[in-house]
Parts: sequence; structure tokens; C-alpha cells
Amino acid sequence: MEQELGDPSLRLVAPMWNGTRGIHRLGGAVVPEGNQKKERKMLQFLNNHFYDVEALRGYLLQREMSKVHLKNRSFTWLEEQHGPYSAGAFFILKQGGAVKFRDKEWIRPDKYGHFSPEFWNFREVPVEAVDASDCEINYEGLDNLLLLKELQSLSLQRCPHVDDWCLSRLYPLADSLQELSLAGCPRVSERGLACLHHLQNLRRLDISDLPAVSNPGLTQILVEEMLPNCQVVGVDWAEGLKLGPEEQPQDTASPVPA
Amino acid sequence: MIRRVLPHGLGRGLLTRRPGTRRGGFSLDWDGKVSEIKKKIKSILPGTPCDVLPDTSHLPPEHSDVVIVGGGVLGLSVAYWLKQLENRRGGMQVLVVERDHTYSQASTGLSVGGICQQFSLPENIQLSLFSASFLRNINEYLAVTNAPPLDLQFNPSGYLLLASEKDAAAMESNVKVQKQEGAKVCLMSPDQLRNKFPWINTEGVALASYGMENEGWFDPWCLLHGLRQKLMSMGVFFCQGEVTRFVTSSQRMMTTDDEMVTLKSIHEVHVKMDHSLEYQPVECAIVINAAGAWSAQIAALAGIGKGPPGTLQGTKLPVEPRKRYVYVWHCPQGPGLETPLVADTSGAYFRREGLGSNYLGGRSPAEEEEPDPANLEVDHDFFQEKVWPHLALRVPAFETLKVQTAWAGYYDYNTFDQNGVVGPHPLVVNMYFATGFSGHGLQQAPGVGRAVAEMILEGSFQTIDLSPFLFNRFYLGEKTQENNIM
Repeated sequence: MEQELGDPSLRLVAPMWNGTRGIHRLGGAVVPEGNQKKERKMLQFLNNHFYDVEALRGYLLQREMSKVHLKNRSFTWLEEQHGPYSAGAFFILKQGGAVKFRDKEWIRPDKYGHFSPEFWNFREVPVEAVDASDCEINYEGLDNLLLLKELQSLSLQRCPHVDDWCLSRLYPLADSLQELSLAGCPRVSERGLACLHHLQNLRRLDISDLPAVSNPGLTQILVEEMLPNCQVVGVDWAEGLKLGPEEQPQDTASPVPA
Repeated sequence: MIRRVLPHGLGRGLLTRRPGTRRGGFSLDWDGKVSEIKKKIKSILPGTPCDVLPDTSHLPPEHSDVVIVGGGVLGLSVAYWLKQLENRRGGMQVLVVERDHTYSQASTGLSVGGICQQFSLPENIQLSLFSASFLRNINEYLAVTNAPPLDLQFNPSGYLLLASEKDAAAMESNVKVQKQEGAKVCLMSPDQLRNKFPWINTEGVALASYGMENEGWFDPWCLLHGLRQKLMSMGVFFCQGEVTRFVTSSQRMMTTDDEMVTLKSIHEVHVKMDHSLEYQPVECAIVINAAGAWSAQIAALAGIGKGPPGTLQGTKLPVEPRKRYVYVWHCPQGPGLETPLVADTSGAYFRREGLGSNYLGGRSPAEEEEPDPANLEVDHDFFQEKVWPHLALRVPAFETLKVQTAWAGYYDYNTFDQNGVVGPHPLVVNMYFATGFSGHGLQQAPGVGRAVAEMILEGSFQTIDLSPFLFNRFYLGEKTQENNIM
């Protein structure tokens, strides 16, 4: 499941009869191509004319959503038993991310999802860095992530359920968080970036490739103004600027040098 | 006579195959066939003006279990929760009657769209918290297969309320209540305020409360559209018309103190169509008054308030329309992206709008300066004299601003205590209220809708107890005062 989400070429164009994953993809958010367009049209026709198909689709959608909820349940019992750092680390590792405790090596799950249980012994060792790329963390799951009080580096690249609401919950990490990466998150917009101003110790912020941000160049400027001590990476400020009549038309792929 | 005519005159016409028709395809072109039949009848009997099959598609159904008067966010929210919480799928037939399908004067569309938990009443705080979680999970609540997910354009930037010396103690106790109920609010001193928001002038500010989570503003049209779409998929009927009459039946009953009381129940609602005298009587079991600024008129139609003053029969619904202005201005040197919705000590408020240095805001006028609610004309002098000076004092950058546009909308203002009216009327037993929220109806709509649905289906409030908002308090004189109104 995570592999499909991680691979950008497969991300939005899911084949229809690939088990149940294709049918329930939220209707208009996807742009199908060619053959899939015909299949999608037939599916919509069936959906509009038969209650059974509509109910089936609704049921499958509900099932996918409850899977995500199950993944993001609160590990309060683990927190009581093993302390907040281990509980938070377990949550990230279970989702498929990687953790780095202070003065230790990165712990990553392998391709089968197994990871070494040595971190259960690190009761007092805080977690320094978390790489939660491509994980299905959502608003409720942040309960567990926020247990890691002394987190310095957080990477939420390409997380499909991280949205503006989630960003508004990151302020408890303001004292320690120095590096944050939101590259490729499909639901983060400039409105969520506005609540990052609480993170005053942030030194590096990556906001590249955010499809929901309406005006990337202007947003980059405003975020830089909001966080003066932080290096904001990812968008060139000249992107989106129109060339004046006296300038030669350039290749739009190459950025204008600052 | 018509029955004889049909097979003879039209038999051949119906059975011949014409290009473009399919064999046995009767149901696919019903409207076309009906109009053809009508034309044929007219041609055969040229003098008869009879309208054999009149078009009734614009009229509401003749029976409906629940009739909701008012199609704004509160009415739609009640309809949603009624369908969501009903025991059997399709068990309740709900009809939403809205007078103006363009929503040109509806408070929902003209609203600033803010949501905050900084109230003094615990019930209000809980309603806002639930509404925030509803909006956060809106794509689970209002999921319609085949429709794209809703984007509410929510800005989680929070609310910043400023208090002067004399209000500081009240603000502290309010924040305590808010924290108890689970809202994430923090108090800030003027120094901390200057550190965080250097563009504020903290003169006259003794204390500030800042909401960190679940507060901000969103697009109310998107919520309305999402609710409408979901309701149509759940089988709720919508009708454009005006409620002109309630037909009630009364019963005299004896209370436990041996007093005679007349209980009324509405069993028919007359819905009049636009620009015509045509009306449809709709038989109903329950009527919900969610008419917003015009709720008092609907209540008067049901006989609420017709009696000697000082008695329960004579207690009117104290909701009236109050006009409020919202101004949009451009200020290039204004506060940055992190600006919350700032509510000043004077009552003036403003927030950012979009990325382009535009801001919008306004101020509630004092009692004696209330504008005439007869129309939605904007008074620009009000901004010049009553709003701009306070804004410029609080944010010096606003001394150079340029007003771009402005609009006006109605508050369904509860003149008694500025809080909503929820629940049944004690004498008109099947009329339920969901109105009177005086400017925070939008942010409490999901919670209130659920409460009214629970009241109807279970008989009492199950999740959030809104007993302080019942109609009885107007007769008993017990005010449920809310101190933080903008």
C-alpha cells in the first residue's frame, strides 16, 4: 500500500480493477487518461443508475477511511508502559517511517515492515529526527507524534493525509524543531503554512512541490517574511512572474537567477 | 371522454416507430411523450382549455414528515443530522423550504466565516469544538460517491481577542472555562503580544487571548454546497417557496397544577410559490424554524406571541434582523501571513483575506446606532467614522488603507440574551427552533443541527446539553448571557 503511494507515477492514476483500491478513489480529484477514462465513465454511469453500485462504492470508501483511522489510533497504553519517546517511535515505525534517537543510528523498517525492537530499551533517550515520508499520518495520528517533545528534524514529505489542520497542531514542537520538510504533500496549502509562524527555532523549511498552494512564488516570499531566521527552500521566487515585453522569452523550466 | 380519445386518436401515433426511438423505451423520454400527448389532445379538442397533466415539478410534496423552514446552514444542518441519525434508512421524509434559492440575503453566504471557541458559556465552547471537528472531517461526514472532495479553504490562523483593563478579569475567567472544556487557548501579556505580532500597538491592551488550534475562518458557501449535495443524495426534498400559513389544531389539557392550557400542533404548512398565488398545502408532523433573521415572522404565523403579555402564550420569539457591515480593504504594508482574526477592545475586528494584502473586517455598532434593517445597503461613513479610527490605532499600518468593496448581511439577533434558541416550543408542541444565534450561527451549525435532531428523535439532548437555550427562558426571564459577541 505504501509503495503505491510513494511512487509518484502511480500515485494519482490508479488502475480501476486493481483490487478495491481503484474503485473508491475520490471521484473528481483524479485525472484519468485514455482507457481509464472509459472505465471511469462506465463506473459513473453504473453509479448513477444503480443503488447497489453506489452503496458498494460508499462502503469501500468507508473501509479505506477506517483503515487510515486504525493506523492513527492513540498508543496511550504504550506511552504509560515505555515512556513517550518509545511510544512515538513505535508509531512512526509502524507507519513505515524512520526514527533516529539521539546519538544512535537511524532505525528503519525493512520492505516487510519489520524493525529491530532495540528501541524499547531507550526509555530516556529522546528522539532527534523523524522521517515520516509517505506515511499515512493524519490529524489524530499527530497525538502520537507530538509525544516526541525534543524533536529536531521532521520530514513529512508526500504524506497524503497531512493537511492545513495538521500543520496547526505542530506548535508544541516550537522549542526544539529546527528542520521541517513538507515537500509533495497534496493537501497542504498556503493557509496551513501561515500557522508555522509559531516554530520560531526553525532553520530550514522545505515547501517545494505543493500542488495545493495557489501562488508558490508569492507564498515563498510571505513565508520568508514570517520566519526571518529560517531558510525556506523549494520554490524560486521568480516562479509565476510574467516576463516583461522587452525581455526575451525564456525556457520556463529554467529558473530566473535570483 | 379522454380515455376513449387516447387509444383511438393516439394509438397509431404511439406505436409507429420513428427514427430515434427505441423499442420499449417508454421511460427514457417521459417528459417529451407527455408534451406530445398534450399537444395531440389540444389539436383534437381545440376548444377545451383543460390541462390534462399539469406540471407540478416546482411544488413541494403533499406530505412530508418534517418541514424545515429556511434553507441556510442551520436548516440544512438539521436536515443532515435528521437523516444521519434516523433509525431506518429512508425512515424520515424531510422537506427543506427556502424562499430565495439565490441566497441573496441569507446570512450564511454573507458571513465572514469565522470559527472560534472563545466564548464564556461552556455550551457555546462545546458546540464550536464539535463544529471544528465536523469541518475537519467534512469529507467523511459529507462524502458523496462520484463527487470531488470538498475544500473548505480553512485558515487555521486562530482568533486574537484583546481586552482592556476593565475586561481583563472577565477574559481570564473565560479562558479558564475554555481550557476546561478542551479549547486550546492561551493568555498573552502586552509584551508577549509585541514580540509575536510586532505590527500591533498594545496601547490600552491589558491582556489578550489567542486561540492556537481549531480556530480560524473558512468558506461558508462551500459548506452550504457540500451540505446541499449530501442532502440531495440522501433523499431530502428541496422546494423554493414561502411559508404563508400554518394550519394548527388545538387541544385543551390540564396541567398538574389544575390549570387549563391550550396545546397547539401544526398539521399543515402552506407553501406559496414565487410570483404567483399558487400554494401547496404540505401535511407534516414536525416543523423546524430555521428561518434566521425572519424567524419571528414564522413564529408569529404559528400563533407564538399571540396572547396577553407576560404569559407564556404572549411571549414572542425575540429574534430580529440586525444589519452588519463588512468592509474589504487593501493595505500593502499591513500585517503578514500569520495574522489571526484580531478583535480589538473597541469591538472592531479584521482578518487577512488571501495572499494579496487584502483585509476584511468591521465592527458591531452600539445599540443607539443600529442601522435600519429594511435593506442591505452599505453605509461607508460608518467605516470612516467608527471603524477606521480604531483599526488605525491598533495597527498603525492601517492608517494608509484603501477600501475596495463592502457588503452587508443580517444577524439573526436575539434581543433577549444574544444566544441561540434551540428546541421545542412549550405550547406549539411540534415546532422546533434552531435560530437566533446572533452572529455565530455558522460556526455552531453542525452542533446545533445534531442537538435538534437528537431532540426530535430521542426526546432529549444526548451529546451536548443545550437546555439553557430552550424557549422557556424568555418566559421565565432567565438570561443565558454570552459576553464575547463580535
